[in-house]
Amino acid sequence: MFEEMKGRAWGGLMSLMLTIMLCPAMVWASEATAESPVPISASGDWWHWPLILLVVTFFMGIVAVLGGVGGGVLFVPIISGFFPFHLDFVRGTGLLVALCGALAAGPGLLKANLASLRLALPVALIASTMAIVGAMVGLALPTHIVQLSLGGTILGIVAIMLTAKKSAVPDVPHADALSSALRICGIYHDQATNQTINWKIHRTIPGLLTFIIIGFMAGMFGLGAGWANVPVLNLMMGAPLKISVATSKFLLSITDTSAAWIYLNKGCVIPMMVVPSLIGIMLGSFVGVRLLKIAKPTFIRWMVIAILLFAGVKAVTKGLSSMGIM
Amino acid sequence: MTNEPTLQATQEQVLYANILEKGMLIGLVMMFVTFALYVFGIMTPAVPLDKVASMWGQPVHEYLVAVNENFLHGDHLITGWAWMPLLGKGDFLNFLPIAILSGVTIVCYSVIAPGLFKRGDKAMGIMAVAEVVILALAASGLLAVGH
Repeated sequence: MFEEMKGRAWGGLMSLMLTIMLCPAMVWASEATAESPVPISASGDWWHWPLILLVVTFFMGIVAVLGGVGGGVLFVPIISGFFPFHLDFVRGTGLLVALCGALAAGPGLLKANLASLRLALPVALIASTMAIVGAMVGLALPTHIVQLSLGGTILGIVAIMLTAKKSAVPDVPHADALSSALRICGIYHDQATNQTINWKIHRTIPGLLTFIIIGFMAGMFGLGAGWANVPVLNLMMGAPLKISVATSKFLLSITDTSAAWIYLNKGCVIPMMVVPSLIGIMLGSFVGVRLLKIAKPTFIRWMVIAILLFAGVKAVTKGLSSMGIM
Repeated sequence: MTNEPTLQATQEQVLYANILEKGMLIGLVMMFVTFALYVFGIMTPAVPLDKVASMWGQPVHEYLVAVNENFLHGDHLITGWAWMPLLGKGDFLNFLPIAILSGVTIVCYSVIAPGLFKRGDKAMGIMAVAEVVILALAASGLLAVGH
């Protein structure tokens, strides 16, 4: 009886979060504002949108923690799809949201020896360089092209989430020559299994080349890149899952830094958007960590996939309608 | 130079983590303080609070032009580091903690690079220096391009 009530309450809470994040009123507001030029006028209710942003990012922070995804990947498609802010500012803010999450987590992960600086150094050099290129290209392209590409990317992320497998400790028979030369290896103690794991990596060159694309996309769309970092580090390069997740989070602090500078220097930062978003995501993350004990991971995962699918389709249709196709 | 990995994080990894932690905390605390000064009207913003909402739906270039023409009346748009002379304004003051949060990684790399070379870890040392150059280039504003 109690379990059933708890289940219903949980389902109700999740439905509420979904409704708040994808409120149809925001769709109308978004399109009306984005498609007509806005004169400079005073507005007595200017604080509505920052407040709604704070509430939505709070729920986004909860869902991000429970769904095991970064804040940036939810922030950019949802806020650009359903809020009146231009995509330029949404991407700049999305990068700062992802960056602050990575900066907050990075020191602890490095000290615990879960994030590997030696693994991150070559990967970050490539990803951050390409993130700069991606940011420059993204800001030079017409908005509807970026919106359309963003939609396609989000749908691709959904496909990755649906199909990608994970391997706790991948089998790496031999470290390759490059990773041996750079001594990219390590030891960590897994408290869950009470095992000490000696890890090394292989396929270093294909892995590093993949980060050319990942870095570019992170910069272009302001998404963060944990959704791509983890599969590449874990499945392609053979780093254990915990090392991959931790190093990926730390990597974002470097990749997103480079792209964030480009957006900042271009003027794509509005404090009235950035600070409420950061506060909302951070508070939501704190609550999310506490809800983790009672959450149903499968349900949350499907909810994240559904949200991203909806936001991805919305971005595609918005891009197509801007081009006059729909 | 230590060749064998251990359970403990390396010296440079701990050093990096400590600097990152301090920079992150300073940046975040400053962000909340400067935003409070801005939003509660303690420091007057360059763009009045009730006018921001009418501009954030425009592309960045049009936004910057509108800000300049209506409020700043400067010779140039506020791109790159042009916000620095405007730190006395509540809204532009918020750029300072954002720059600190975006810049702390450059400091981390700059501090660990000499230690890597000292321990004979030349490849990693070169990569650290290259990363400093890349991030400094991004931060410089030289790479900003227009629509």
